Amino acid sequence: MAFEWHRKIEARWVLLTTLTLLTVVVGGLVLLIPPYFLQGTVEPIEGVRPYSALELEGRDIYIREGCNNCHSQQVRPFKTETDRYGPYSMAGESVYDRPFLFGSRRTGPDLARIGGKYPDSWHWIHFRDPRQIEPRSNMPSFAFLEETPLDTSLTRAKLETLRGLGHPYGDAEIENATANLQAQAAEHVAALRKDGLALGDTEARSEAIALIAYLQRLGTDIGWRQRPLRTALVQEGR
Amino acid sequence: MAVVRGFALSALVWGIVGMSVGLVIALQLAYPALNFELGPLHLHFGRLRPIHTNAVIFGFTLGVVFAGSYYGVQRLCRVRMWSDFLSRLNLWGWNAVIVAAAVSLLLGKTSSKEYAELEWPLDIAITVVWVAYAVNFFGTLARRRERGLYAAIWFWIATILTIAMLHIFNNLEVPVSWTVWKSYSLYAGVYDANIQWWYGHNAVGFLLTTPILGLMYYFLPKQVGRPIYSHRLSILHFWSLIFLYIWAGPHHLIYSPLPDWAQSLGTAFSIMLILPSWGGMLNGLLTLRGAWDRLRTDPLLKMFAVGLTFYGMSTFEGPMMAIKTVNSLSHFTNWTIGHVHSGALGWVALTSFATLYYLVPRLWHTTLYSQRLAEVHFWVATLGIVLYVTPMWISGVTQGLMWRAVNPDGSLTYSFIETVAAIRIYDLIRASGGALFLSGVLIMFYNVLRTVRQGTTEVPAPEAPPGAAVALAGGR
Repeated sequence: MAFEWHRKIEARWVLLTTLTLLTVVVGGLVLLIPPYFLQGTVEPIEGVRPYSALELEGRDIYIREGCNNCHSQQVRPFKTETDRYGPYSMAGESVYDRPFLFGSRRTGPDLARIGGKYPDSWHWIHFRDPRQIEPRSNMPSFAFLEETPLDTSLTRAKLETLRGLGHPYGDAEIENATANLQAQAAEHVAALRKDGLALGDTEARSEAIALIAYLQRLGTDIGWRQRPLRTALVQEGR
Repeated sequence: MAVVRGFALSALVWGIVGMSVGLVIALQLAYPALNFELGPLHLHFGRLRPIHTNAVIFGFTLGVVFAGSYYGVQRLCRVRMWSDFLSRLNLWGWNAVIVAAAVSLLLGKTSSKEYAELEWPLDIAITVVWVAYAVNFFGTLARRRERGLYAAIWFWIATILTIAMLHIFNNLEVPVSWTVWKSYSLYAGVYDANIQWWYGHNAVGFLLTTPILGLMYYFLPKQVGRPIYSHRLSILHFWSLIFLYIWAGPHHLIYSPLPDWAQSLGTAFSIMLILPSWGGMLNGLLTLRGAWDRLRTDPLLKMFAVGLTFYGMSTFEGPMMAIKTVNSLSHFTNWTIGHVHSGALGWVALTSFATLYYLVPRLWHTTLYSQRLAEVHFWVATLGIVLYVTPMWISGVTQGLMWRAVNPDGSLTYSFIETVAAIRIYDLIRASGGALFLSGVLIMFYNVLRTVRQGTTEVPAPEAPPGAAVALAGGR
């Protein structure tokens, strides 16, 4: 009978196990080792820098709330996609993304180039009630973010952890992590108030500010948008 | 046997939990008001979706795999498990992990990597429990009283080794502090994506395919009372399946910034995967040769046969979706979700149900409480799958086409929200399919509980007849 030789493998569990391991390892080695040494895959392109303390906290809220389950962050190189979202995603842009957040399903639109598309106040209202901006939206309300104070007790440790992984944060950035975070938050709070939103102290220190800072940063490092929006156009005329 | 019983029941409970959450999140897509807060808990889609996937994959499916492999390996080796302690550690440790997983995901402790969302303390706990399973399994093989190892065992060995490898390397992460459940991946950006989909695709390959093939290889011939159709085909498709599967991960990253050669390898190996996948399907279906008439009366064989058919269908559909042209339409749409569920509900769940229906009466030394209810379960489940998968195809293609539609002047025809509104009706039909499928599991749960009540755990189990392994492997 053909395949009689295989009986020898079937009778030896160590041999069978070893051969199985060798068989499943090959593909992984080929796919995982070479990309690690390809500069284009792991090196930042010009202009790309790590997230600020506030943006990083915002990103961690994005992850905590599972935004990636409905929003991709990966524009594909098709004209219909670049028309809709902006320039297609490049490898050197996500080198400070731990973990990556490409996503796998667009229940909502792609967010890779959302930064600067809308004013801060748009995001604020949209988190509170997405249907106030788009009645057909099926996005959940994230009103609780504006009532939840941002926890900054780990911010410094987070930056230090990422520096340990190779993100080029300077000593001053880590030393002044909380102060920098508050300064950047103040800019967003000012922009929101300028648009007529009455933010109390709680709202001004809330998680919603961090998430907005993160979204406004997304995809902007390559400087493709002519005029990023921070406040509503109508207000800017003043 | 107590551990097999424990896994059989816990799997069913997790199945009900996981599928209920699945139904809720399907409805949330159509009715955003269903995203609600319960005290400090935010029960919205983003937090619930990983609970759905983790409960059905790791709670339900793996529970059935543990039950079936513990039951099968002892009979195929004609020896008791090597260590009762490790068996119990596996049962209680695993279920503790799933409980902790559900709670921590509700609290937003997630790494965001799909099917590997759990944070570092649970990643470590999973590794410990998995090693316990592996040591116990291999210890049993070492002490066996049967010379030849039957194909079901090969598939379980491949599962144990590969999942260990995937789990460890994909979850390498640095905790922000040893006291908080927050970590950053050791890998970044595109490289992280590469590792994640090497893991993610092979979680499908080695959690939802090989161990289920192991169940099929043991329990289908047992239920039919005939050896597997072809031993040679088992050999061919086993080695080719486990070799090819690992290469296919990059098909999740087509048109991403991953190097083009890696994407092309993913496509090529995905297409090659049709052959070994269909080898498994055919080996299973042809085992029914000469016994097809029994499908009329035996709900278990119905489940095995339809399960194998769905396996064949989704392993044809998958490679098609890995082709760049098709992928440019299907990626990021409901089509992907539909594809996953035709495999998960059609192949994995139906085969798991059949395995449990086989096991439960034997574990409690009785007969199934109601064959009729099992028959009803089969039809409800099958109808549910059709009602689930069909609208997902339609809405996936609809969304893909609307995203790329352009006016004569080259501008985009549809705004994004129009594509959301267009598929709402299909989300509702899909939810009705999911509801049917869940009601089938509830019927099964009732049937199993009645069977357990009329049975007993006291009577010593009759040993499998000597030479059972040879009989199963005795085909061509």
